[in-house]
Amino acid sequence: MTAPALPATTVAGLARGLAAGRWSSVELTQAYLARVTASQSELNAFVTVTAEAALAAAAAADAARAAGKASALTGVPIAHKDIFCTRDVLTTCGSKMLANFVSPYDATVVAKLAAAGTVNLGKLNMDEFAMGSSNETSFFGPVRNPWDIKRVPGGSSGGSAAAVAARIAPAATATDTGGSIRQPAALCGVTGIKPTYGRVSRYGMIAFASSLDQAGLITVSAEDAAMLLGAMSGFDPRDSTSVDREVPDYVAALDAPLAGLKIGLVREFFEKGLDAQCEQRIREAIAVYEKLGASVREVSCPNLPLSVPTYYVVAPAECSSNLARFDGVRFGHRCESPRNLNDLYSRSRGEGFGAEVKRRIMTGTYVLSAGYYDAYYIKAQRVRQLISADFARAFESVDLLLGPTSPTTAFEIGAKVDDPITMYLNDIYTIGANLAGLPGMSIPVGFADGLPVGLQLVGPHFSEARMLNAAHRYQLETDWHLRVPAAYA
Amino acid sequence: MEWETVIGLEIHAQLATRSKIFSSSATAYGAAPNTQANLVDLGYPGVLPVLNAEAVRMAVRFGLAIGARIARHSVFARKNYFYPDLPKGYQISQYELPIVAEGALEIVLDDGTRKRVGITRAHLEEDAGKSLHEGLPGVSGIDLNRAGTPLIEIVSEPDLRSAKEAVAYMKKVHTLVRYLEICDGNMQEGSFRCDANVSVRPKGQEKFGTRAEIKNLNSFRFVEKAINYEIERQIELIESGGKVVQETRLYDPDKGETRSMRSKEEANDYRYFPDPDLLPVELDESFIDVVRAALPELPDEKAARFVREYQLPEYDAGVLTASRELGAFYEEVVRRVGSEPKLCANWVMGDLAAFLNKDNLEIGNSKVDAAGLALLVARIVDQTISGKIAKDVFEAMWESGESADAIIERKGLRQITDTSAIERAIEEVMSKNPGQLADYRSGKDKLFGFFVGQVMKATGGKANPAQLNELLKQKLAG
Amino acid sequence: MSLTRKDIENIARLARLELAETEIPVYVDSLSKILDFVGELERAPTDGITPMAHPMPGLAQRLRADEVTETDAHQRYQRNAPQVEAGLYLVPKVIE
Repeated sequence: MTAPALPATTVAGLARGLAAGRWSSVELTQAYLARVTASQSELNAFVTVTAEAALAAAAAADAARAAGKASALTGVPIAHKDIFCTRDVLTTCGSKMLANFVSPYDATVVAKLAAAGTVNLGKLNMDEFAMGSSNETSFFGPVRNPWDIKRVPGGSSGGSAAAVAARIAPAATATDTGGSIRQPAALCGVTGIKPTYGRVSRYGMIAFASSLDQAGLITVSAEDAAMLLGAMSGFDPRDSTSVDREVPDYVAALDAPLAGLKIGLVREFFEKGLDAQCEQRIREAIAVYEKLGASVREVSCPNLPLSVPTYYVVAPAECSSNLARFDGVRFGHRCESPRNLNDLYSRSRGEGFGAEVKRRIMTGTYVLSAGYYDAYYIKAQRVRQLISADFARAFESVDLLLGPTSPTTAFEIGAKVDDPITMYLNDIYTIGANLAGLPGMSIPVGFADGLPVGLQLVGPHFSEARMLNAAHRYQLETDWHLRVPAAYA
Repeated sequence: MEWETVIGLEIHAQLATRSKIFSSSATAYGAAPNTQANLVDLGYPGVLPVLNAEAVRMAVRFGLAIGARIARHSVFARKNYFYPDLPKGYQISQYELPIVAEGALEIVLDDGTRKRVGITRAHLEEDAGKSLHEGLPGVSGIDLNRAGTPLIEIVSEPDLRSAKEAVAYMKKVHTLVRYLEICDGNMQEGSFRCDANVSVRPKGQEKFGTRAEIKNLNSFRFVEKAINYEIERQIELIESGGKVVQETRLYDPDKGETRSMRSKEEANDYRYFPDPDLLPVELDESFIDVVRAALPELPDEKAARFVREYQLPEYDAGVLTASRELGAFYEEVVRRVGSEPKLCANWVMGDLAAFLNKDNLEIGNSKVDAAGLALLVARIVDQTISGKIAKDVFEAMWESGESADAIIERKGLRQITDTSAIERAIEEVMSKNPGQLADYRSGKDKLFGFFVGQVMKATGGKANPAQLNELLKQKLAG
Repeated sequence: MSLTRKDIENIARLARLELAETEIPVYVDSLSKILDFVGELERAPTDGITPMAHPMPGLAQRLRADEVTETDAHQRYQRNAPQVEAGLYLVPKVIE
């Protein structure tokens, strides 16, 4: 990629420069837009670039700053995963179904971040309807991993992770239903946070599995995540599952010392399937935490190995219902000359949805259907309870759980597309937090054969401040999060 | 063979909230297509439902009024199926854990006996939109204004044994929801409608027959006709060796018959599951107590009080408590007249009801108000006019809007109570009809009526009837 | 769990998804494997365990005041609609 270098690459750094008048938002936005354009053919991270609107917003931010009305994030460019509805902007969710869908409204997350002064560069590529772990299911083509463009960036927030890793966006929104923030963050060597279920509004975020979906961030650093999370969190009267609870000052909590922090290692995460080099990086990261004063003990979550099968009942069940609204009547793809009503539905949906989305809709339809509901859906909800209880028990004795985010580093594009089960097992370490509604993070902790490895942190409900603090202290000791793929430096 | 009919009704009553059950768009009837359908009602990607407090309060109000169990914990579920009037591809309803369960209502049968009809459950759900076909060749137009209007679905036990019982029960519920002010009860606009599950079985058999469900009946007349048609159809079918199939049928009022619904032919598998976008509804005692404290006097309580307080026959009490407004009107008339509650009842149920009916008006829009009617009745009671003259006065009041007194004065209808004047009129009639007088005196008592009529005619109907009777008897006796 | 071609056709019909002839065997195979995989849950002892429909325990539904705050925006909302006429969304004739 040949594009202008950046004056700084973290949100915190950019914000400091803006505050000090070293650069303007328009300058930053122009620089990032140039990088977006230069990288697009290689990475395919963006579906839509809103250059004109971004420059106008940047100019407005600069004017606000000149008028003394700037806050910390005023003028900082970011980008949104294309699952968030953005008013008057194409919102595709990575699907042919919504290839022409222009949202008439803003998601709460989008509105809140805009109100905080951020500048939206555009909409990021993703797995179709967030269903995938490799970003290969997007109707707009796969996103490539900036560390090795033959490899996947992870998914479903692959566009968000690749964009931040390549520094073509300082930070990006993302969503996580079974690991869709943490796994791509790990595979792209960036920081990802999935907050507690209900911490961030789901209004305007196109639903995949409503009881698991949660909006979050992919950033360079934990400090950046703390700055943005405060702005996007909070109670939303439009979302019945949004929790009415004060948002703490995440930035203020970043520097607290880690002495006395009790870390749990989930035994089941280290038992099998974890790549040896990845495990080595994880162990090294844990050693850093011990050096920082944390104590480490092993805990057991015996039902956690059942999280993937549980998820592949619950998530498809919810998705089969959530995606029923795409019927070719009010919005979205409609087939040519439908013969009758059923033809309209079946062909519009058959043509508009990709293979993986159809697979999940059918799986979900099956597990909810008469005669199978109890055996699959209710059974899975019971196991979900057991998994939740395992976590609750673990948090009686530890503050945070640490472990791998993903069993391997980024795999090659095409390697797993024909084998859904193998693909699904990518999320073996991340799904548990979604089932239990817990916050989780992934932070870069080194490389295996030149590819990034991520460490996962999982905390009790609403422990984002503690988690960000733990991640930040680690990032003060290390510089893995500041490494940039050579081609994008 | 003798057959017994078994009927259960599922009544859908639209709740009279201002906004929809899960969105803040208006529920008003009759707006231009899709002008009251917001992003939530349209099922746009990314939108979420938030429950309307008033809908919950109204459901609880209904539950308390039928003596039901109010669920402290109820859950919304998704009922999944594809239909153009159902924007999300699922209806948000309640399935395993409804807000109201196990209540009952009493209906009065033709022979005057009372029958308890069990109500299995009443749950909250959202209404669907409408498909329009007229003027659109080959296509249907979808209007989603109605989508998301709150409904309470009231499911009866299969306790009803005839179309008449079904109608009596439906009327009872209709009266109740209007008393409770939770539904406007407008059946033409679809605010109150029902599905009827109908089956027949040989008399004495325990096991239910196979039932057919007749969808979307929106008048009492249709309910009666559709059920009766369906009963006959099923009996004929079985007696001719056929079998009733479990299916959904539609009543065609033009042809007066039910027919199988083609669109619902495919066996539905609704795949109900708890809606993850909504949390369980948890009601505490204080919420329920507040709703209970605000309950109005219910129809049965009011009818019993009318019998007790006004010594009305049960029938009259039932008619006068058919709506809260009618009961209030009646009580206002009685209060103003200060006596003769039965006479007041006769006027409200008789002439007033007839004129309302003629002009197709509700009691709230009556051209004669309670004060006006009370004055008229008072003029009967104080003998200013007779009951018969009062009927003419009432008609004049209805047409002109004038008071009873003004009409009596203007038309000179004041009753003649002066004995000598009545006697003069009697004497005149006697002298004009010597033949009839002779016949009467020779024993033809029936001619008494003739003389009453003649004297009334001569006095322009104004002679006081009681005095006339008395004086006529004396004079005729000679 | 081995699904048949017929099973897939039934599920696809219920889900209103038209499948190409070539897609059917792919889904017969992958859905069978997925159901085998999730069938692992059967072994978990869950007697007396309450099904968990929601990740945040103890939260109750919030109730919204009954207020109308929306104004008509159907023209804007219908810009995404494939076929509208006189404010109505058009579909092939609905037969009842």
